[in-house]
Amino acid sequence: MKIRKAWKWLLLPMVAALLVATFLLVGCSSNITGTITESGSTTVQPLAEKLAGAFKAKNPEVNVVIQGGGTAVGIKAANDGTVDIGAASRELTASDPTLVKHLLARDGIAIIVPASNPVTNLTKDQVIAIFSGNITNWSQVGGPNKPIDVVAREEGSGTRTAFQDLVMGKVLIKADAILQSSNGAIKTAVSGDPQAVGFLSLGYLDSSVKALAMNGVPATEENAKNGTYPVVRPLYFLTKQQPTGIVKDFIDFCTGPDGQKIVAEEGYITIK
Amino acid sequence: MSRYFIDRNAKYLVLACASISFIILAAIAIFTLKEALPAFQHVGFIQLIFGKTWSPIDQGKFGILPMIVGSLAVTLGAMVLAIPLGLGCAVLLAEVAPHRVRQFLRPAVEILVGIPSVVYGLVGILLIVPLIRHIGGTGFSVAAGALVLTAMVLPTIISISEDSIRAVPRRYKEGAFALGATHWQTIWHVLIPAARSGITAAIILGMGRAIGEAMAMIMVIGNAPIIPHSLLNPASTLASRITLEINYASGLQQNALFAIGVVLFIMVLLINSIAMVFVRRGGQAQDVC
Repeated sequence: MKIRKAWKWLLLPMVAALLVATFLLVGCSSNITGTITESGSTTVQPLAEKLAGAFKAKNPEVNVVIQGGGTAVGIKAANDGTVDIGAASRELTASDPTLVKHLLARDGIAIIVPASNPVTNLTKDQVIAIFSGNITNWSQVGGPNKPIDVVAREEGSGTRTAFQDLVMGKVLIKADAILQSSNGAIKTAVSGDPQAVGFLSLGYLDSSVKALAMNGVPATEENAKNGTYPVVRPLYFLTKQQPTGIVKDFIDFCTGPDGQKIVAEEGYITIK
Repeated sequence: MSRYFIDRNAKYLVLACASISFIILAAIAIFTLKEALPAFQHVGFIQLIFGKTWSPIDQGKFGILPMIVGSLAVTLGAMVLAIPLGLGCAVLLAEVAPHRVRQFLRPAVEILVGIPSVVYGLVGILLIVPLIRHIGGTGFSVAAGALVLTAMVLPTIISISEDSIRAVPRRYKEGAFALGATHWQTIWHVLIPAARSGITAAIILGMGRAIGEAMAMIMVIGNAPIIPHSLLNPASTLASRITLEINYASGLQQNALFAIGVVLFIMVLLINSIAMVFVRRGGQAQDVC
């Protein structure tokens, strides 16, 4: 008896859900329908989700599926054709396959220290020396006589790859640097340790940490936008061929005025 | 559908249930091995297990040794602290504490088991890491990992040790008292030796939990893939390395992470088999006496 009753309770909402789903599917039809799939950079992911949400609000018949996986996955998936759009948070190199790039936004990377650190500026060479382990004491760069605790992201992270490319060049980040697994974790680790230095996506900056100027240029959105702050990386949507149909509509929406408004709201640098 | 039909066929039902868990185990083993195989082939078994550099992208090197050392270091560190503490607490609960204290303490210990490891990690970041920073280094260290693990394995060690001390037949204790032994002498020379198989099992199960812990370790250990030279150095464990990099990994890096999984799998398997041997031997010993 009890089991029968439980079934009834389960069955009712199930039938209701089925009916509603059928109505939604058959209901109305507008001019653009279909599914767009996107995967790749986890830096792009939250932005892409916001953009997809706004695009769906305008075109309720289109379904946009956003997945992460990292830049490497995005490039591979776009090239294999397993997704319509791949996302990358770094410049493509010669070893990457040839894909059509659609610049979505730009993102600066700031060198951060806790607010208590008196140092305000580092040259690019000093940053390289600190992260490679050649400078190990804050007194060598005009700070207190305290050792430097280097905090970095794990290998494979788009932010680390971009930092490596844009700042370090061929010099490697030292092996005994503390590694944290996300922008948020980096911020927590740096703000809690008075001797720490790390790097962070500009979109994540807040008052808990202090962004250092590089070569005398403060790490601000304006400076990243006008090109004076040197550590800026592109965020790309990648397609195998010139996009058509709803994929083109979606990319046009993202790079157009409505999409760029969202880019700015999310703390990234707009493309214009 | 008679009850005889159910009776005849129930055994097949439970057999199916049992085989599912076996199938899952086999599937995990086969899948992990299959994914790890390219890493063993490309890097070489010796290079993979005993390589000292882990730098999958920057240098294309896949040496797991730093993570093996890291895992062993935090686990041993945690055991050195947790065994005396846990055993002491178990003796208190089983022998010393009045009934009302035990009624309060035992559930408290059991609740500790259920706290998610992320919460242990958070407490570690807020409390233990800054504390160790005062001693030296960055605070993200083997010592921080070992301390957090100590807190995590204590409840396992306490509850199983207490059960096995309680399971010692009453006549052992009565015999010791009759010979004029004090309560402490009885605990130290009679009860703990008699319960040692259960206590060993408790320790080994605690080790199993410690070696597989990933999330709390990521948060406090610093994740640097280096062989630590002191307790204040950052390090990385097998489980935390997998969790840290699997999101981004592709190709050979992903295979190498699965190879770490295989190493971890074998380590946990070894630990569990040793635990089983001790539990079985303990059972026999008590029957004989």
